[in-house]
Amino acid sequence: MKNVLEVENVTKTYGNYTALNKVSIAIPEGSVFGLLGPNGAGKTSLIRIINQITLPDSGAIYLDGKPLHQNHIQDIGYLPEERGLYKSMKVGEQAIYLAQLKGMSKQEAKKKLIMWFDKFGINDWWNKKIQELSKGMAQKVQFIVTVMHEPKLLIFDEPFSGFDPVNANLIKDEILKLRDNGASIIFSTHRMESVEEMCDYIALINKSNKILDGKLSDIKNQFKENKFEVGLISENENIFNVVQEKFKVTNLDSNGVNNEYRMEVTLNGEDTTKDLIKYLNSKAQINHFTEIIPSANDIFLKSVANHE
Amino acid sequence: MNKLLLIIKREFFAKVKNKSFIILTILSPLLVVGLGALIFYLSEKNSEDVRKVAYVDETSQLTPAFTNTKTIEFTNLTAIGFKQAKSISEKDYYGLIYIPKNDSLPQLTNSIKFYSQESPGLSFISNIENRLDKRIRNLKIEKLNLDVATIKATETSVSIATENFTGEKSSKIGSMLRMAAGGGFGYLIFMFIIIYGTSVMRSVIEEKTSRIIEVIISSVKPFQLMLGKILGNAFAGLMQFIIWMIIGGAILFVITMYLGPEATKNTNSLQMTPEVVQQVQEVSNNNLQLVLQEIKNLPILTIFFSFLVYFFGGYLIYSSIYAAIGAAVDSETDTQQFMMPVLMPLVIAIYIGFSIIENPHGSVAVGFSIFPLTSPIVMLMRIPFGVPWWQIAVSMLLLILTFIGIVWFAAKIYRVGILMYGKKPNYKEIYRWLKY
Repeated sequence: MKNVLEVENVTKTYGNYTALNKVSIAIPEGSVFGLLGPNGAGKTSLIRIINQITLPDSGAIYLDGKPLHQNHIQDIGYLPEERGLYKSMKVGEQAIYLAQLKGMSKQEAKKKLIMWFDKFGINDWWNKKIQELSKGMAQKVQFIVTVMHEPKLLIFDEPFSGFDPVNANLIKDEILKLRDNGASIIFSTHRMESVEEMCDYIALINKSNKILDGKLSDIKNQFKENKFEVGLISENENIFNVVQEKFKVTNLDSNGVNNEYRMEVTLNGEDTTKDLIKYLNSKAQINHFTEIIPSANDIFLKSVANHE
Repeated sequence: MNKLLLIIKREFFAKVKNKSFIILTILSPLLVVGLGALIFYLSEKNSEDVRKVAYVDETSQLTPAFTNTKTIEFTNLTAIGFKQAKSISEKDYYGLIYIPKNDSLPQLTNSIKFYSQESPGLSFISNIENRLDKRIRNLKIEKLNLDVATIKATETSVSIATENFTGEKSSKIGSMLRMAAGGGFGYLIFMFIIIYGTSVMRSVIEEKTSRIIEVIISSVKPFQLMLGKILGNAFAGLMQFIIWMIIGGAILFVITMYLGPEATKNTNSLQMTPEVVQQVQEVSNNNLQLVLQEIKNLPILTIFFSFLVYFFGGYLIYSSIYAAIGAAVDSETDTQQFMMPVLMPLVIAIYIGFSIIENPHGSVAVGFSIFPLTSPIVMLMRIPFGVPWWQIAVSMLLLILTFIGIVWFAAKIYRVGILMYGKKPNYKEIYRWLKY
């Protein structure tokens, strides 16, 4: 698949401090790419370099296969984590100004803006000043400003902060719609459940280094531990011990109601899933059987811990 | 380039649409003129008051000195004696002049007294003293049997008419007016630099605290934003200045029309008798007409254009420093430590400017009018007196070079500073930013 953005061996230092150490990532076209990492890992530094706010000390960045250039500014939409608008400027006027700075003409910007205002049902905000709006309302305006010039690449840094669940959902749907329409999205967040829901690819940065990247499903496969959650119905109160004879059992739950026993079973070296099911089937009635797939949160914590 | 224009436009309108800007622009000239008129009216009114002054002249020789004028009315109370006159004067008169009996004229000069409720003004006392001087002098001349007419004939009064080599006449009022114009315009630049420089700084801080800065600089270069901001504010300042000039000009025109015929009459008499110059300075009504006359003689166009150049040059230098300061801090309260070194040269320039105005072509004056951090103010104060073109050229060249250097330097601080939050930087820290 074609990559819309390629970052190659980017290094950035501030004095003695290294913010990014030879970081490379590639954003496939039409995907949502999760850029993850603890606070201070270097995510914002990387995002600023992609936005040409700062220049890298070394390394190269390609947008659509071409080295990053001043004209690429209009191909990128950026919603920074620290966001804001001119407080005493009117909403409509301000959005048009910001769109013009991104290279849109005034008429075009006005047309697009009316469309978005209709979509969000906020037409009566046009002549309001930002300071008259609530924080959530201002965030909506900011979102529109970020996407209205229809860039190829959108960068959202914590896009859901400041939104109530209803509006967060609205924004999430809009982001996914933008992806379906062909935009590629870099999505930086600490909220792992939204990574789970939205990201096709992730990269994990810790202490200035990229420690993990790839397709989310592939990474999950890598992090699988051949662990299964099993529910057994048995008259035998010692069913745990029976299973433990052949497999590693953890997290027992022996509430005993309806003779149901829950446990997590990990396969040993050469065993296959088939062996496990066969064995369990011979000892008890299998109520349920699920493979435990590591959550993004687990992967995040584990990788960071391993790296340190 | 297009983006720079957009930024300039936004900054300009953000400033100009501000209510306080509109009010200040329209009200200031009216306020200045109104205040001037009020002071003028009050001083007129003050001198119009007639003072009733009583006198007791026991020598009865000095009585002819007390002739009534518009502002002083004398009453002779010699007949009722000093003691009674004193008690009457306390209630009914502004004051009492007491001349005790004394046959020796030299002793008499030191024995005259003036009694009054409140201590009299200096000009009033010197007025009375002049009258008595004259009278006693005449008495002395009579006593010595000298011919008064002969003595009068020896009196001389030299009046030097000043004119420069190109033939422009200058009068004392003219040079006073030059001082006022130079001082005024220099001061105006000083005010404009501080007001609009601070306005640039506020606007930078606002962008930083409202956190819009990161959105903007993902679309434009920080340098474009800084330059656009500075220029947008400069145009707002210029517009304000031009509006002031127009309103001021209109008011001046109306006053000239109103006082027109009288003014010509007075300037004619001025050319005939040199002593009138002295008188004219004392009588404020005539003063005004002379001022109007002299305003027409000022190199108004030169002043106007050099105002524009020095305003722009000085303003660009200082406002880019202001922008860098705004970028370095998080709030206006943190700016204090950086403001001192910026205000210093400006304040020095104002002091130097006002002190050299007596001698506008001395070496101190020339030096400071060429030094780029003070030249916008000091040079503008000198220009009404006529400055050699090479000095203006050197001063402007240095101004432009300094401007380029300082903008480069400020842009580097600005670029790093706008993305720094939370830490209050010191000079060392800022120095390090220059190398990022």
